[in-house]
Amino acid sequence: MTLNITSILFYAFSLVLLGAATMVVIARNPVYATLYLVLTFFSAAAIFLLLGAEFLGLILILVYVGAVMVLFLFVVMMLDINLARLKEGFLSYLPLGLAIAALGVLELAMVYWTAPMGQVPAPAPFPGNYDNTRALGYVLYTQYLYPFEIAAAILLVAIIAAIALTLRRRSGSKNQRTEEQLLVRAKDRVHLVDLRIKKH
Amino acid sequence: MHIQALQDSSWWPVLWSVLKILAVVVPLLLAVAYLTLAERKVIGYIQVRLGPNRVGFKGSLQPIADAIKLLFKEIIIPSSANRFLFLAAPVLAFVPAMLVWAAIPFGPGMAISDMNAGLLYVLAIAGLGVYGIIVAGWASNSKYAFLGAMRAAAQLVAYEIAMGFALVGVLMVAQTLDLSKIVEAQAGGGFWSWYWLPLFPFFLVYFISGVAETNRAPFDVAEGESEIVAGFHVEYSGMAFALFFLAEYANMIFVSILTAILFLGGWYPPVNLPPFTWIPGTGWLIAKTAFLLFVFLWIRATFPRYRYDQIMRLGWKVFIPVTIAWIVVIGIALETPLRVLLR
Repeated sequence: MTLNITSILFYAFSLVLLGAATMVVIARNPVYATLYLVLTFFSAAAIFLLLGAEFLGLILILVYVGAVMVLFLFVVMMLDINLARLKEGFLSYLPLGLAIAALGVLELAMVYWTAPMGQVPAPAPFPGNYDNTRALGYVLYTQYLYPFEIAAAILLVAIIAAIALTLRRRSGSKNQRTEEQLLVRAKDRVHLVDLRIKKH
Repeated sequence: MHIQALQDSSWWPVLWSVLKILAVVVPLLLAVAYLTLAERKVIGYIQVRLGPNRVGFKGSLQPIADAIKLLFKEIIIPSSANRFLFLAAPVLAFVPAMLVWAAIPFGPGMAISDMNAGLLYVLAIAGLGVYGIIVAGWASNSKYAFLGAMRAAAQLVAYEIAMGFALVGVLMVAQTLDLSKIVEAQAGGGFWSWYWLPLFPFFLVYFISGVAETNRAPFDVAEGESEIVAGFHVEYSGMAFALFFLAEYANMIFVSILTAILFLGGWYPPVNLPPFTWIPGTGWLIAKTAFLLFVFLWIRATFPRYRYDQIMRLGWKVFIPVTIAWIVVIGIALETPLRVLLR
Protein backbone atom coordinates (compact mmCIF):
# COMPACT_ATOMS: atom_id res chain seq x y z
CA MET A 1 0.00 0.00 0.00
CA THR A 2 1.52 3.29 -1.07
CA LEU A 3 1.30 6.22 1.29
CA ASN A 4 0.50 9.05 -1.07
CA ILE A 5 -0.96 12.42 -0.10
CA THR A 6 -4.56 11.23 -0.56
CA SER A 7 -4.19 8.34 1.87
CA ILE A 8 -2.37 10.55 4.40
CA LEU A 9 -5.30 12.99 4.22
CA PHE A 10 -7.78 10.11 4.46
CA TYR A 11 -6.18 8.78 7.65
CA ALA A 12 -5.92 12.29 9.12
CA PHE A 13 -9.62 13.02 8.50
CA SER A 14 -10.64 9.54 9.72
CA LEU A 15 -8.69 9.99 12.96
CA VAL A 16 -10.28 13.40 13.54
CA LEU A 17 -13.69 11.92 12.75
CA LEU A 18 -13.32 9.00 15.19
CA GLY A 19 -11.85 11.22 17.90
CA ALA A 20 -14.61 13.81 17.52
CA ALA A 21 -17.31 11.10 17.48
CA THR A 22 -15.95 9.68 20.72
CA MET A 23 -15.90 13.14 22.26
CA VAL A 24 -19.57 13.65 21.32
CA VAL A 25 -20.41 10.78 23.67
CA ILE A 26 -18.04 11.55 26.53
CA ALA A 27 -17.93 15.38 26.52
CA ARG A 28 -19.30 16.73 29.81
CA ASN A 29 -20.65 19.95 28.38
CA PRO A 30 -23.60 19.49 25.93
CA VAL A 31 -22.47 22.54 23.91
CA TYR A 32 -19.04 20.93 23.48
CA ALA A 33 -20.71 17.67 22.46
CA THR A 34 -22.70 19.51 19.78
CA LEU A 35 -19.60 21.29 18.48
CA TYR A 36 -17.76 17.95 18.34
CA LEU A 37 -20.66 16.56 16.30
CA VAL A 38 -20.16 19.47 13.89
CA LEU A 39 -16.49 18.49 13.59
CA THR A 40 -17.55 14.87 12.95
CA PHE A 41 -19.82 15.90 10.07
CA PHE A 42 -17.12 18.15 8.70
CA SER A 43 -14.54 15.35 8.66
CA ALA A 44 -17.05 13.01 7.03
CA ALA A 45 -17.66 15.64 4.33
CA ALA A 46 -13.90 15.91 3.78
CA ILE A 47 -13.68 12.13 3.27
CA PHE A 48 -16.53 12.32 0.73
CA LEU A 49 -14.57 15.02 -1.10
CA LEU A 50 -11.46 12.81 -1.13
CA LEU A 51 -13.56 10.08 -2.76
CA GLY A 52 -14.56 12.52 -5.50
CA ALA A 53 -18.16 12.67 -4.26
CA GLU A 54 -18.22 16.45 -4.05
CA PHE A 55 -22.02 16.70 -4.19
CA LEU A 56 -22.54 14.45 -1.15
CA GLY A 57 -19.75 16.12 0.81
CA LEU A 58 -21.00 19.65 0.18
CA ILE A 59 -24.65 18.73 0.81
CA LEU A 60 -23.58 17.18 4.13
CA ILE A 61 -22.00 20.50 5.12
CA LEU A 62 -24.87 22.56 3.72
CA VAL A 63 -27.70 20.59 5.35
CA TYR A 64 -26.25 19.12 8.52
CA VAL A 65 -23.54 21.60 9.49
CA GLY A 66 -25.18 24.71 8.05
CA ALA A 67 -28.77 24.15 9.19
CA VAL A 68 -29.49 21.11 11.39
CA MET A 69 -26.60 21.57 13.80
CA VAL A 70 -27.26 25.31 14.09
CA LEU A 71 -30.74 24.48 15.38
CA PHE A 72 -29.28 21.77 17.67
CA LEU A 73 -26.84 24.27 19.13
CA PHE A 74 -29.67 26.79 19.44
CA VAL A 75 -31.73 24.35 21.53
CA VAL A 76 -28.82 23.02 23.61
CA MET A 77 -27.80 26.56 24.54
CA MET A 78 -31.34 27.56 25.48
CA LEU A 79 -31.98 24.57 27.73
CA ASP A 80 -30.53 24.33 31.19
CA ILE A 81 -29.35 20.73 30.99
CA ASN A 82 -28.66 18.90 34.22
CA LEU A 83 -25.55 16.82 33.51
CA ALA A 84 -25.94 14.53 36.50
CA ARG A 85 -29.43 13.46 35.40
CA LEU A 86 -28.28 13.08 31.82
CA LYS A 87 -25.54 10.65 32.83
CA GLU A 88 -27.77 8.70 35.24
CA GLY A 89 -28.71 5.83 32.94
CA PHE A 90 -25.23 5.54 31.42
CA LEU A 91 -24.27 2.23 33.02
CA SER A 92 -27.62 0.54 32.45
CA TYR A 93 -27.57 1.46 28.75
CA LEU A 94 -23.90 0.53 28.33
CA PRO A 95 -24.41 -3.24 27.60
CA LEU A 96 -27.01 -2.50 24.91
CA GLY A 97 -24.78 0.19 23.37
CA LEU A 98 -21.77 -2.13 23.34
CA ALA A 99 -23.85 -4.90 21.76
CA ILE A 100 -24.97 -2.59 18.94
CA ALA A 101 -21.40 -1.37 18.45
CA ALA A 102 -20.14 -4.98 18.30
CA LEU A 103 -22.79 -5.80 15.69
CA GLY A 104 -21.62 -2.85 13.58
CA VAL A 105 -17.98 -3.97 13.82
CA LEU A 106 -19.01 -7.51 12.89
CA GLU A 107 -20.86 -6.30 9.80
CA LEU A 108 -17.84 -4.27 8.72
CA ALA A 109 -15.60 -7.28 9.30
CA MET A 110 -17.86 -9.42 7.12
CA VAL A 111 -17.49 -6.92 4.29
CA TYR A 112 -13.72 -7.21 4.59
CA TRP A 113 -13.82 -11.02 4.75
CA THR A 114 -15.71 -11.31 1.50
CA ALA A 115 -13.22 -8.95 -0.19
CA PRO A 116 -9.93 -8.84 1.75
CA MET A 117 -8.11 -5.52 1.95
CA GLY A 118 -5.98 -4.66 -1.04
CA GLN A 119 -7.97 -7.00 -3.29
CA VAL A 120 -10.94 -4.68 -3.74
CA PRO A 121 -10.70 -3.53 -7.35
CA ALA A 122 -10.19 0.21 -7.58
CA PRO A 123 -13.16 1.97 -9.23
CA ALA A 124 -12.57 3.00 -12.83
CA PRO A 125 -11.16 6.54 -13.02
CA PHE A 126 -13.75 9.12 -13.93
CA PRO A 127 -13.64 10.69 -17.39
CA GLY A 128 -12.41 14.28 -17.49
CA ASN A 129 -15.81 15.92 -17.84
CA TYR A 130 -17.45 13.76 -15.19
CA ASP A 131 -19.92 15.78 -13.14
CA ASN A 132 -20.89 14.15 -9.86
CA THR A 133 -23.99 16.30 -9.36
CA ARG A 134 -25.30 15.71 -12.87
CA ALA A 135 -24.73 11.93 -12.64
CA LEU A 136 -26.56 11.75 -9.30
CA GLY A 137 -29.41 13.86 -10.67
CA TYR A 138 -29.88 11.58 -13.70
CA VAL A 139 -30.05 8.46 -11.53
CA LEU A 140 -32.37 10.04 -8.94
CA TYR A 141 -34.88 11.30 -11.49
CA THR A 142 -34.92 8.23 -13.74
CA GLN A 143 -33.99 4.92 -12.10
CA TYR A 144 -34.93 5.85 -8.53
CA LEU A 145 -37.76 8.25 -9.28
CA TYR A 146 -40.45 6.47 -7.23
CA PRO A 147 -38.36 5.86 -4.07
CA PHE A 148 -37.19 9.47 -4.32
CA GLU A 149 -40.74 10.82 -4.59
CA ILE A 150 -41.92 8.58 -1.72
CA ALA A 151 -39.09 9.86 0.48
CA ALA A 152 -40.08 13.42 -0.40
CA ALA A 153 -43.74 12.72 0.42
CA ILE A 154 -42.76 11.19 3.80
CA LEU A 155 -40.71 14.28 4.62
CA LEU A 156 -43.62 16.53 3.67
CA VAL A 157 -45.94 14.55 5.93
CA ALA A 158 -43.39 14.84 8.74
CA ILE A 159 -43.20 18.63 8.28
CA ILE A 160 -46.98 19.03 8.35
CA ALA A 161 -47.29 16.68 11.33
CA ALA A 162 -44.64 18.58 13.28
CA ILE A 163 -46.42 21.87 12.65
CA ALA A 164 -49.83 20.37 13.48
CA LEU A 165 -48.52 18.90 16.76
CA THR A 166 -46.93 22.13 17.99
CA LEU A 167 -49.41 24.68 16.70
CA ARG A 168 -51.55 25.92 19.57
CA ARG A 169 -54.07 28.67 19.13
CA ARG A 170 -54.74 30.58 22.29
CA SER A 171 -57.99 32.49 22.31
CA GLY A 172 -57.73 36.17 23.05
CA SER A 173 -54.04 36.53 22.20
CA LYS A 174 -53.22 39.90 20.70
CA ASN A 175 -51.26 39.27 17.57
CA GLN A 176 -50.76 41.68 14.73
CA ARG A 177 -51.95 40.96 11.23
CA THR A 178 -49.53 42.64 8.89
CA GLU A 179 -51.92 42.45 5.93
CA GLU A 180 -54.55 44.44 7.84
CA GLN A 181 -51.93 46.89 9.06
CA LEU A 182 -50.79 47.52 5.51
CA LEU A 183 -54.34 48.08 4.26
CA VAL A 184 -54.94 50.91 6.72
CA ARG A 185 -55.11 54.38 5.20
CA ALA A 186 -54.62 57.68 6.98
CA LYS A 187 -58.31 58.59 6.78
CA ASP A 188 -59.22 55.42 8.74
CA ARG A 189 -57.10 56.45 11.67
CA VAL A 190 -56.96 60.22 11.74
CA HIS A 191 -60.24 62.08 11.99
CA LEU A 192 -59.93 65.82 11.59
CA VAL A 193 -62.55 67.79 13.42
CA ASP A 194 -63.23 71.37 12.50
CA LEU A 195 -63.42 73.24 15.78
CA ARG A 196 -64.49 76.82 15.25
CA ILE A 197 -64.08 79.04 18.21
CA LYS A 198 -67.13 81.21 18.31
CA LYS A 199 -66.62 84.83 19.11
CA HIS A 200 -69.39 86.43 20.99
CA MET B 1 16.90 30.27 -9.26
CA HIS B 2 15.45 30.37 -12.75
CA ILE B 3 11.70 30.43 -13.16
CA GLN B 4 11.81 27.29 -15.32
CA ALA B 5 13.75 25.33 -12.70
CA LEU B 6 11.28 26.50 -10.07
CA GLN B 7 8.34 25.39 -12.17
CA ASP B 8 9.85 21.96 -12.67
CA SER B 9 10.43 21.32 -8.97
CA SER B 10 7.98 19.15 -7.08
CA TRP B 11 7.13 22.05 -4.75
CA TRP B 12 5.80 24.17 -7.59
CA PRO B 13 2.07 23.16 -7.21
CA VAL B 14 2.16 24.04 -3.51
CA LEU B 15 4.01 27.31 -4.13
CA TRP B 16 1.67 28.22 -6.99
CA SER B 17 -1.39 27.65 -4.76
CA VAL B 18 0.11 29.79 -2.01
CA LEU B 19 0.82 32.57 -4.53
CA LYS B 20 -2.76 32.40 -5.84
CA ILE B 21 -4.16 32.55 -2.30
CA LEU B 22 -1.98 35.57 -1.50
CA ALA B 23 -3.07 37.26 -4.74
CA VAL B 24 -6.69 37.00 -3.56
CA VAL B 25 -6.40 37.51 0.20
CA VAL B 26 -4.08 40.55 0.24
CA PRO B 27 -6.25 42.69 -2.09
CA LEU B 28 -9.32 41.39 -0.24
CA LEU B 29 -8.08 42.57 3.15
CA LEU B 30 -7.08 45.92 1.64
CA ALA B 31 -10.56 46.16 0.10
CA VAL B 32 -12.10 45.41 3.51
CA ALA B 33 -10.00 48.17 5.10
CA TYR B 34 -11.01 50.71 2.48
CA LEU B 35 -14.63 49.56 2.52
CA THR B 36 -14.84 50.78 6.12
CA LEU B 37 -13.56 54.18 4.97
CA ALA B 38 -15.94 54.16 1.98
CA GLU B 39 -18.82 53.34 4.31
CA ARG B 40 -18.07 56.27 6.60
CA LYS B 41 -17.53 58.63 3.67
CA VAL B 42 -20.67 57.57 1.75
CA ILE B 43 -22.91 57.69 4.80
CA GLY B 44 -21.26 60.98 5.77
CA TYR B 45 -22.08 62.58 2.42
CA ILE B 46 -25.63 61.17 2.47
CA GLN B 47 -26.08 62.82 5.87
CA VAL B 48 -24.42 66.08 4.67
CA ARG B 49 -21.24 65.51 6.70
CA LEU B 50 -17.66 65.09 5.52
CA GLY B 51 -16.83 61.78 7.19
CA PRO B 52 -13.27 61.04 8.36
CA ASN B 53 -10.97 63.74 6.93
CA ARG B 54 -8.02 64.18 9.32
CA VAL B 55 -5.68 61.19 8.91
CA GLY B 56 -3.76 61.40 5.63
CA PHE B 57 -5.07 63.13 2.53
CA LYS B 58 -8.85 63.66 3.07
CA GLY B 59 -8.87 60.79 5.58
CA SER B 60 -7.28 58.25 3.23
CA LEU B 61 -5.10 56.74 5.98
CA GLN B 62 -7.99 56.35 8.44
CA PRO B 63 -8.27 52.51 8.01
CA ILE B 64 -4.54 52.15 8.76
CA ALA B 65 -4.95 54.21 11.93
CA ASP B 66 -7.96 52.10 12.95
CA ALA B 67 -6.04 48.87 12.35
CA ILE B 68 -3.09 50.04 14.47
CA LYS B 69 -5.44 51.11 17.25
CA LEU B 70 -7.19 47.72 17.29
CA LEU B 71 -3.88 45.81 17.18
CA PHE B 72 -2.58 47.52 20.31
CA LYS B 73 -5.77 47.25 22.34
CA GLU B 74 -6.00 44.75 25.16
CA ILE B 75 -8.19 41.68 24.62
CA ILE B 76 -10.40 41.51 27.68
CA ILE B 77 -11.85 38.12 28.61
CA PRO B 78 -14.87 38.32 30.93
CA SER B 79 -14.16 36.48 34.18
CA SER B 80 -16.99 33.94 33.82
CA ALA B 81 -16.67 33.45 30.06
CA ASN B 82 -15.74 30.12 28.52
CA ARG B 83 -12.14 31.05 27.74
CA PHE B 84 -11.45 28.59 24.91
CA LEU B 85 -14.69 29.13 22.98
CA PHE B 86 -14.55 32.89 23.62
CA LEU B 87 -11.23 33.06 21.78
CA ALA B 88 -12.20 30.46 19.14
CA ALA B 89 -15.39 32.27 18.09
CA PRO B 90 -13.76 35.15 16.14
CA VAL B 91 -11.67 32.60 14.26
CA LEU B 92 -14.80 30.55 13.49
CA ALA B 93 -16.38 33.70 12.02
CA PHE B 94 -13.29 34.79 10.07
CA VAL B 95 -12.17 31.50 8.49
CA PRO B 96 -15.38 30.76 6.47
CA ALA B 97 -15.41 34.40 5.31
CA MET B 98 -11.98 33.78 3.75
CA LEU B 99 -12.63 30.18 2.57
CA VAL B 100 -15.53 31.13 0.27
CA TRP B 101 -13.12 33.13 -1.91
CA ALA B 102 -11.44 29.90 -3.05
CA ALA B 103 -14.19 29.28 -5.61
CA ILE B 104 -14.81 32.84 -6.85
CA PRO B 105 -13.68 33.29 -10.49
CA PHE B 106 -12.28 36.77 -11.17
CA GLY B 107 -12.11 36.23 -14.91
CA PRO B 108 -12.13 33.30 -17.36
CA GLY B 109 -10.19 30.57 -15.52
CA MET B 110 -8.99 33.00 -12.83
CA ALA B 111 -9.98 31.24 -9.61
CA ILE B 112 -7.93 29.69 -6.79
CA SER B 113 -9.82 26.45 -7.42
CA ASP B 114 -12.02 26.17 -10.50
CA MET B 115 -14.26 23.44 -9.07
CA ASN B 116 -17.31 22.09 -10.86
CA ALA B 117 -19.56 22.40 -7.81
CA GLY B 118 -18.51 25.98 -7.02
CA LEU B 119 -22.01 27.30 -6.33
CA LEU B 120 -22.70 24.51 -3.85
CA TYR B 121 -19.31 25.10 -2.21
CA VAL B 122 -19.85 28.82 -1.63
CA LEU B 123 -23.37 28.20 -0.31
CA ALA B 124 -22.13 25.50 2.10
CA ILE B 125 -19.12 27.44 3.40
CA ALA B 126 -20.98 30.77 3.67
CA GLY B 127 -23.47 29.05 6.00
CA LEU B 128 -20.68 28.19 8.45
CA GLY B 129 -20.08 31.80 9.52
CA VAL B 130 -23.06 31.61 11.87
CA TYR B 131 -21.10 29.33 14.22
CA GLY B 132 -18.74 32.19 15.08
CA ILE B 133 -21.71 34.35 16.05
CA ILE B 134 -23.55 31.69 18.07
CA VAL B 135 -20.42 30.50 19.88
CA ALA B 136 -19.41 34.10 20.63
CA GLY B 137 -22.83 34.82 22.11
CA TRP B 138 -22.81 31.72 24.28
CA ALA B 139 -19.17 31.85 25.41
CA SER B 140 -19.41 35.52 26.47
CA ASN B 141 -21.80 34.52 29.26
CA SER B 142 -23.68 37.78 28.83
CA LYS B 143 -27.40 38.11 28.18
CA TYR B 144 -27.00 40.80 25.53
CA ALA B 145 -24.47 38.73 23.62
CA PHE B 146 -26.67 35.66 23.96
CA LEU B 147 -29.79 37.46 22.70
CA GLY B 148 -27.81 38.74 19.73
CA ALA B 149 -26.57 35.25 18.95
CA MET B 150 -30.07 33.74 19.11
CA ARG B 151 -31.41 36.43 16.80
CA ALA B 152 -28.57 35.90 14.37
CA ALA B 153 -29.09 32.12 14.31
CA ALA B 154 -32.83 32.36 13.63
CA GLN B 155 -32.31 35.02 10.97
CA LEU B 156 -29.55 33.11 9.17
CA VAL B 157 -31.51 29.87 9.03
CA ALA B 158 -34.60 31.71 7.72
CA TYR B 159 -32.81 33.61 4.96
CA GLU B 160 -30.53 30.78 3.92
CA ILE B 161 -33.56 28.86 2.61
CA ALA B 162 -34.74 31.76 0.42
CA MET B 163 -31.15 32.27 -0.71
CA GLY B 164 -30.80 28.59 -1.61
CA PHE B 165 -34.04 28.65 -3.63
CA ALA B 166 -32.86 31.75 -5.50
CA LEU B 167 -29.66 29.91 -6.41
CA VAL B 168 -31.68 26.85 -7.52
CA GLY B 169 -33.30 29.12 -10.11
CA VAL B 170 -29.90 30.22 -11.39
CA LEU B 171 -28.63 26.68 -11.78
CA MET B 172 -31.86 25.58 -13.48
CA VAL B 173 -31.29 28.14 -16.21
CA ALA B 174 -27.49 27.80 -16.38
CA GLN B 175 -27.64 23.95 -16.10
CA THR B 176 -24.37 23.92 -14.13
CA LEU B 177 -22.98 24.49 -10.64
CA ASP B 178 -19.69 25.82 -12.02
CA LEU B 179 -19.46 29.56 -11.34
CA SER B 180 -17.31 30.22 -14.44
CA LYS B 181 -19.81 28.42 -16.67
CA ILE B 182 -22.70 30.33 -15.09
CA VAL B 183 -20.97 33.55 -16.15
CA GLU B 184 -20.25 32.17 -19.62
CA ALA B 185 -23.94 31.25 -20.00
CA GLN B 186 -24.74 34.97 -19.68
CA ALA B 187 -22.50 36.00 -22.59
CA GLY B 188 -23.90 37.38 -25.83
CA GLY B 189 -26.27 40.30 -25.79
CA GLY B 190 -24.52 42.32 -23.07
CA PHE B 191 -26.73 43.91 -20.44
CA TRP B 192 -29.94 42.25 -21.67
CA SER B 193 -28.62 38.68 -21.68
CA TRP B 194 -27.59 38.74 -18.00
CA TYR B 195 -29.71 36.73 -15.58
CA TRP B 196 -31.08 39.73 -13.65
CA LEU B 197 -33.81 40.11 -16.29
CA PRO B 198 -35.38 36.61 -16.57
CA LEU B 199 -34.62 35.87 -12.91
CA PHE B 200 -35.55 39.28 -11.54
CA PRO B 201 -37.39 37.97 -8.42
CA PHE B 202 -34.37 35.76 -7.61
CA PHE B 203 -32.03 38.71 -8.11
CA LEU B 204 -33.97 40.82 -5.59
CA VAL B 205 -34.48 37.96 -3.12
CA TYR B 206 -30.82 36.93 -3.31
CA PHE B 207 -29.46 40.41 -2.75
CA ILE B 208 -31.86 41.25 0.10
CA SER B 209 -31.19 37.84 1.71
CA GLY B 210 -27.49 38.62 1.31
CA VAL B 211 -27.97 41.85 3.26
CA ALA B 212 -29.82 39.85 5.93
CA GLU B 213 -27.20 37.06 6.02
CA THR B 214 -24.39 39.55 6.60
CA ASN B 215 -26.38 41.13 9.46
CA ARG B 216 -26.26 44.54 7.82
CA ALA B 217 -28.77 47.35 8.26
CA PRO B 218 -31.79 47.27 8.02
CA PHE B 219 -31.51 43.63 9.22
CA ASP B 220 -28.85 44.28 11.87
CA VAL B 221 -30.93 43.14 14.85
CA ALA B 222 -28.12 40.75 15.83
CA GLU B 223 -26.11 43.85 16.76
CA GLY B 224 -29.03 46.18 17.49
CA GLU B 225 -27.10 48.94 19.27
CA SER B 226 -30.26 50.56 20.61
CA GLU B 227 -31.66 47.35 22.13
CA ILE B 228 -28.88 44.91 22.99
CA VAL B 229 -25.81 47.22 22.97
CA ALA B 230 -23.76 45.45 20.27
CA GLY B 231 -25.24 41.97 20.28
CA PHE B 232 -22.97 38.99 19.98
CA HIS B 233 -19.67 40.91 20.06
CA VAL B 234 -20.46 43.18 23.01
CA GLU B 235 -17.76 41.58 25.20
CA TYR B 236 -15.03 41.60 22.56
CA SER B 237 -12.19 44.11 22.24
CA GLY B 238 -9.01 44.58 20.24
CA MET B 239 -8.12 42.09 17.51
CA ALA B 240 -10.82 39.62 18.59
CA PHE B 241 -13.40 42.28 17.75
CA ALA B 242 -11.49 43.22 14.60
CA LEU B 243 -11.79 39.62 13.31
CA PHE B 244 -15.61 39.81 13.54
CA PHE B 245 -15.42 43.13 11.77
CA LEU B 246 -13.18 41.77 9.01
CA ALA B 247 -15.48 38.76 8.57
CA GLU B 248 -18.58 40.97 8.25
CA TYR B 249 -17.01 43.23 5.62
CA ALA B 250 -15.41 40.33 3.71
CA ASN B 251 -18.87 38.71 3.63
CA MET B 252 -20.38 41.93 2.27
CA ILE B 253 -17.84 41.95 -0.57
CA PHE B 254 -18.50 38.24 -1.13
CA VAL B 255 -22.29 38.69 -1.43
CA SER B 256 -21.73 41.59 -3.83
CA ILE B 257 -19.29 39.72 -6.06
CA LEU B 258 -21.50 36.61 -6.09
CA THR B 259 -24.52 38.72 -7.09
CA ALA B 260 -22.40 40.25 -9.87
CA ILE B 261 -21.34 36.77 -11.03
CA LEU B 262 -24.76 35.14 -10.88
CA PHE B 263 -27.07 37.93 -12.02
CA LEU B 264 -25.01 40.77 -13.54
CA GLY B 265 -22.92 38.92 -16.10
CA GLY B 266 -19.67 38.58 -14.12
CA TRP B 267 -16.76 39.84 -16.17
CA TYR B 268 -18.72 40.72 -19.34
CA PRO B 269 -19.13 44.37 -20.34
CA PRO B 270 -22.71 45.73 -20.46
CA VAL B 271 -22.43 46.59 -24.16
CA ASN B 272 -20.30 44.66 -26.68
CA LEU B 273 -18.94 47.82 -28.31
CA PRO B 274 -15.33 49.13 -28.40
CA PRO B 275 -15.21 51.70 -25.56
CA PHE B 276 -16.66 49.11 -23.17
CA THR B 277 -14.71 46.09 -24.42
CA TRP B 278 -11.36 47.89 -23.94
CA ILE B 279 -11.69 47.53 -20.17
CA PRO B 280 -10.50 44.04 -19.06
CA GLY B 281 -13.13 41.64 -17.70
CA THR B 282 -11.85 41.66 -14.14
CA GLY B 283 -12.25 45.45 -14.19
CA TRP B 284 -15.94 45.04 -15.02
CA LEU B 285 -16.39 42.47 -12.26
CA ILE B 286 -14.78 44.83 -9.74
CA ALA B 287 -16.90 47.74 -10.99
CA LYS B 288 -20.12 45.74 -10.59
CA THR B 289 -19.07 44.55 -7.13
CA ALA B 290 -18.24 48.13 -6.12
CA PHE B 291 -21.65 49.30 -7.30
CA LEU B 292 -23.43 46.59 -5.26
CA LEU B 293 -21.31 47.49 -2.22
CA PHE B 294 -22.44 51.08 -2.68
CA VAL B 295 -26.04 49.79 -2.65
CA PHE B 296 -25.27 48.06 0.69
CA LEU B 297 -24.14 51.40 2.15
CA TRP B 298 -26.97 53.30 0.49
CA ILE B 299 -29.52 50.92 2.07
CA ARG B 300 -27.89 51.37 5.47
CA ALA B 301 -28.07 55.14 5.24
CA THR B 302 -31.69 55.11 4.01
CA PHE B 303 -33.79 52.58 5.92
CA PRO B 304 -34.58 52.29 9.63
CA ARG B 305 -34.04 48.92 11.31
CA TYR B 306 -36.67 46.22 10.72
CA ARG B 307 -38.71 44.99 13.63
CA TYR B 308 -37.63 41.45 14.53
CA ASP B 309 -40.95 39.69 13.86
CA GLN B 310 -41.19 41.44 10.49
CA ILE B 311 -37.74 40.15 9.52
CA MET B 312 -39.02 36.63 10.16
CA ARG B 313 -42.23 37.36 8.22
CA LEU B 314 -40.29 38.71 5.24
CA GLY B 315 -38.02 35.67 5.18
CA TRP B 316 -40.51 32.88 5.71
CA LYS B 317 -43.80 34.25 4.38
CA VAL B 318 -42.70 36.48 1.51
CA PHE B 319 -39.36 35.38 0.08
CA ILE B 320 -39.80 31.61 0.27
CA PRO B 321 -43.24 31.58 -1.49
CA VAL B 322 -42.00 34.06 -4.11
CA THR B 323 -38.94 31.97 -4.91
CA ILE B 324 -40.91 28.69 -5.02
CA ALA B 325 -43.47 30.26 -7.38
CA TRP B 326 -40.73 31.59 -9.67
CA ILE B 327 -38.94 28.21 -9.69
CA VAL B 328 -42.21 26.71 -11.05
CA VAL B 329 -42.43 29.49 -13.66
CA ILE B 330 -38.81 28.89 -14.74
CA GLY B 331 -39.37 25.13 -14.78
CA ILE B 332 -42.39 25.48 -17.08
CA ALA B 333 -40.60 28.00 -19.28
CA LEU B 334 -37.64 25.65 -19.73
CA GLU B 335 -39.94 22.87 -21.01
CA THR B 336 -41.78 25.03 -23.56
CA PRO B 337 -40.59 27.10 -26.55
CA LEU B 338 -40.26 30.00 -24.09
CA ARG B 339 -36.81 28.63 -23.24
CA VAL B 340 -35.28 30.81 -25.98
CA LEU B 341 -35.91 33.73 -23.61
CA LEU B 342 -33.73 32.11 -20.95
CA ARG B 343 -30.77 30.92 -23.01
